[in-house]
Parts: sequence; structure tokens; C-alpha cells
Amino acid sequence: MAENKKKLLQGNEACVEGALYAGCRFYAGYPITPSTEIAEGMSVRLPRVGGKFIQMEDEIASIAAAIGASIAGLKSLTATSGPGFSLKQECLGYACLAEIPLVVVNVMRGGPSTGYPTGPSQADIMQAKWGTHGDHPVIAVTPSYVQEILSETVRAFNLAEKYRTPVIVLYDEIIGHMREPVTIPAPGELDVVDREKATCDADDYFPYDERYEIAPLAPFGAGYRFHVTGLNHRKDGFPTNDPRQIDLNNRRIMRKIDNHREEIWKNEETFLEDAEVAVFTLGSTARSARFAVNKAREAGIKAGLLRPLTIWPFPDRAVTELSKRVKAIIVPEMNLGQMTLEVERCSKKADVIGIHRVDGEPITPAQILDVIKKHK
Amino acid sequence: MATLKELSKQDELLSGGHRLCAGCGIPPIVRLVLRAANGPVVATAATGCLEVGTTVYPYTSWRIPWIHSAFENAAATISGVETAYRVLKKRGRIPQDKNIKFVAFGGDGGTYDIGLQALSGALERGHNFLYVCYDNGAYMNTGIQRSSATPFTSNTTTSPAGEAIQGKQEWRKDLTRIVAAHNVPYAAQASPHNWADLSKKAEKALKVSGPSFLNVMSPCPLGWYTKSEDSIKWAKLSVDTCYWPLYEIENGILKVTYKPKEKKPLAEWLKPQGRFKHLFRPENQHLLEKFQARVDLEWQRLLDLDGKRL
Repeated sequence: MAENKKKLLQGNEACVEGALYAGCRFYAGYPITPSTEIAEGMSVRLPRVGGKFIQMEDEIASIAAAIGASIAGLKSLTATSGPGFSLKQECLGYACLAEIPLVVVNVMRGGPSTGYPTGPSQADIMQAKWGTHGDHPVIAVTPSYVQEILSETVRAFNLAEKYRTPVIVLYDEIIGHMREPVTIPAPGELDVVDREKATCDADDYFPYDERYEIAPLAPFGAGYRFHVTGLNHRKDGFPTNDPRQIDLNNRRIMRKIDNHREEIWKNEETFLEDAEVAVFTLGSTARSARFAVNKAREAGIKAGLLRPLTIWPFPDRAVTELSKRVKAIIVPEMNLGQMTLEVERCSKKADVIGIHRVDGEPITPAQILDVIKKHK
Repeated sequence: MATLKELSKQDELLSGGHRLCAGCGIPPIVRLVLRAANGPVVATAATGCLEVGTTVYPYTSWRIPWIHSAFENAAATISGVETAYRVLKKRGRIPQDKNIKFVAFGGDGGTYDIGLQALSGALERGHNFLYVCYDNGAYMNTGIQRSSATPFTSNTTTSPAGEAIQGKQEWRKDLTRIVAAHNVPYAAQASPHNWADLSKKAEKALKVSGPSFLNVMSPCPLGWYTKSEDSIKWAKLSVDTCYWPLYEIENGILKVTYKPKEKKPLAEWLKPQGRFKHLFRPENQHLLEKFQARVDLEWQRLLDLDGKRL
């Protein structure tokens, strides 16, 4: 068996490794700091594995091309940051409604607008959920380590393929540009999920078949004739004005995610068993939080950490349960209170205290430790 | 046209001390264009080297009103500014005889690619403004990614020359002709090494009523892998090899404004540039020949149109 390769990689390079591992064979993108290394890496690596890299004329075209490639049957990726993520929102909604598997990476930089291109933020958490209009399901995964960017990118592809929906990989500039040793998993070591293929007769095939929670997706050109549109549609994909049909489809695309939240959620718990004060955070901020929690334990404070690797759908249950056991939940985040709102919504008894920073600097362990001490 | 002496006496509207690289083609282009305004001027810039390099907090290099909004919309932003000016003039808030010029600057990424829709819209609506594209042939601000202005075979970080491909596979977009197809009163190609030609074109462009356009060759030592002190030399060679012909389209009539006495082989321009290094390997000889043949063809097409109405 081939030995696992260990490499010193940047977060964005690990994303490339993860995408290739997951079987991604199409990338369409556009240069934007701090995510450009993903495009650069894919432009070098994809041709070597028979994949295709295209640099598009803008961000909108990039996601649109990735959608097109996915309908044609390839696992597709596009990556961006800040303003680019804003430009992609319309097509993101399209992929939700048309149920196109797709992975979109957003390396979060300071905003709004052009903001702080070379500085980190975690201010796109709500945009990932609500950036595109209309009710729609969203899955977003949030790695904290370079190794995890690789594995979470693989998981993002798996979720996209399984649930026929776009999945967002959301991480901040700090881990996007940080270098850490990464073990490239051997083939078969991580699960790789491929979308369910249509096997029925062409006459019986419906891309939005109501008999399924998630209907198989036939690749274009495989002999199945069907219609794809951003309009509300019937089971055959053709537009409809029938209120019953519209209601049915809108509810089904939400339900297909809601019914599987248990499988989509992923949390890491540190010292939570006997914790009296908990920290809830993700991305690079979770690294500071982990340090602070360890320091608190050394000082005899019963602190713990809940770190979500899936932020959407929001880990309601884990937060609610935690809030019954601890006195306070501290939510450090590099924004002005996006996750804090969600934690407040789910918290039953515990006090919720946000720590917010939007100056382009990371939240330090000392900042978090100070708040832990106040609420022990 | 103003003489060199007169030009040198005018105020410098883009001050020194900016953070653009040594040898960057952009500052001389901007200075020559702004001098040609010879009066009040308002500018906007798309996201890019010029925007980033001239406005590092707490300083600005701009001695004129200047706006940056986003990557794709310099032409749309200047449309709003110019329209407001016309309204204010109509309402008597700006004196009737005050002639303010409006200039939008963008790099090739912000103009050929993401900004093309905004540019086309502004040209079609007929705003009274000049759009200047500084074309350095790639997204240099984000670290040398290919654009639709990148030359054939050029090595960039997203068209890397290696085993599978030999740099960019496609020919560059002919933006000057695309702009001209909007039937604007004035569109031209220029280069900073020929300051007299560039100044004259900028003057003409700023004098016409309606939209005008300048596409200006802008050497980039970072992305071209050339020496900073040689930039103007490479700008000149891009013209003398006829890769970047100097011409104008005035009220529909095309005129080649400079014809090299001796057309130099394209390789003389390509060889000193690191981005074309791989072209000089024996196995890539055919690509070099293809590149030369295409340049010859484009140049001949242009000569055939010289003096004619498009």
C-alpha cells in the first residue's frame, strides 16, 4: 500500500488537494485575493489528471460554468472571496433550486465591499446562509486547520453529491494562507461519494421526481432528456405556475437537508463533559479559543469548547443541550455578532456573550481567556 | 497639441510617492492623460494596481477628485458622476462655461473582462467621458493571472507553461475594435514610450463630445519578468514589432498613427521577457512561428484599413 505523503501546505493548497481527492475534475474561477492560490493550483493540477481548468471573465461566469460542468456530470468547484462571493449569489440560489451539486469555497476577507483584501474576517457567515434571495437550503462547512481544509473539502463534495445541492466551504484568510504539515490521505482512506446515477428508462426519468427525496441526476448527454431552469418547476423540470407544485418543490428542497441534519452536522467537543463555561466558535478563532480553554483549565476553571465544522444547517441541538449545562456560552467571532445571534436563538438558560473583532486582526487567546474568567 | 515644454509646465495631477512598482507603465500613462485635460478633471479607477498603489492610507496621489467603487464598474461609476454634472449644470449649480472632464481608468482585467459590460453600457448610452485602459496583459495586482488581454503563449499563474500547455492558448481580445464597434467618436491605441502620440490622442479623446477610449500598452516588470529600467524600451518594441500597433479610429475613419520604418521580428520583443521563456525551446518553435504569423496578419489587416471608413 502506498504510504501517505506528508507535505507542508498552505490552506488554499490543501483545498486543491482535497478537491482532487474528492474527484473534482472541473474548476472555473477568477482571480481574487485571498483565494487565488486555489485557482492557480487547479490550473496546474487539473490538466495532469485529465480535468479542465477555465479562467472565466468574472465571478458570475465562474460559478455559472461550474454549474454547467456539474450538470454535464463532473464534480465542479469554484473558489472566491468577499466581493466575488457577493457576485456569485444569484447562481448559488439557482443551484439550490435546480439542485445542482457544486462546491463553492469562500476564503473570508474583511468587508463589506472591497474591504480588507489581505486581512481575515468571519463576516460572511450570514451571507453564506442568506446571501441569495428566497427560501433555500444551505450547507456550509468550516475547517480550522490546514489538514481540515483538505478533509472538509472532500466532505463538502460528498455532501454536494449526496444531497444534490451547492455546498459552501467557509474559512478565513488566516488558515487560507497559513502553512502546516498535511498528510495527503491514501486512496480509500476518506470516503468519496458520487451522485446517484439514473438507471431507469429514459421515459420514466424525472429530474425532480417527487417520489424521491433526492432524485438521481442524469448527466446531460447520457440519453435522458430533461429540462433545467431557475424557474419554479414541475418534476420534469418545466416551469409551472401551479401553486401546489411550487409549494411541493420549495418544501422538498428544504426538507431534503432538514431531514438529514444529523448526518450533516459535525462538531468537535473539547472539555465539555464538566464545563461550566463554554466557548462556541469556528475557523481560526477556534484555535485561539482552544488555547484559551486550555489555559483556563490550568487555572482551575471548568471551561470547554464546542467547535462546529458544519455551521449551516446551524447546530441547534448541540447548542441547546450545551446551554442547559453551562452558565455561559462565549462566542468569539471576527464579525459584529453573526453567530452570536444564532447561539442566542438556541440557548435556553445560559448567558450568551459575544467577542467581536472587525479590525482585520485575529481574536487572541488572551481576549477569550479574559471573558472566560469573568463568567466562570 | 501642447509642446513638451508646455506639458512640463503643467501641474502634476498624480503626485510622486505612490506605491506602484519601479518601472510600472501606469504612472506615465495617467500623467500624460491628465495633462491633456488641461482643466478641471474628475477620475474614477477600477480595482487594480493603479487604485491600490495610489491610495495607501493615509495618503493619496490624486490631486483631483477621484473615486474607486469596485472591480467591474469604473465605467458605470463615471456614468453617474458625469450625469450628475450635466444635471447640476442644467440647474445652474455649476456654471455653464465650466468644462469638467471625466476619465475612468482600468487595467486589462477590469476592462477586457469583468468591466466589459459596464464599459459597453456607458459607451452605448453616450456619456461624455474618456475611458483609459492600461493594458499590462494580466491580473498583476492579484499575482499575474491570465486575462483576455494576455498575449498568446504568455506564462501566467493560471496559464502556466509546463507539460500540458505552453502558456496561454488563446489569442488576445481585440478590445479597441470592440469599443470602436460601439460607433464612439474616438478610440485609439497608444503606448507611453511615444509620449507625443499618446498626448495627442488623449487631447483628441478629451475634446470630442461623447465617449472616447484609449487602450494603452503598459509594461509590467513583475509580470513580464523584465528589468524595471527597461520598461519603456519594451513598450517601444511592442510597437516596432507591430504586436501593439498605434492607431486611432476617429469618427469611423481608421488611421495608423505610426508605421515602423523597419518592422522588427516579434522574437526581439518576446525573448527578453521571462513570461515567454518557454517559447524559445526548440520544441516550441512552431508556436513562435504561429505567433509571428498572427501578428503579421493583424498588422496587414490594419494597413489594409488605414485611411478607410470602417
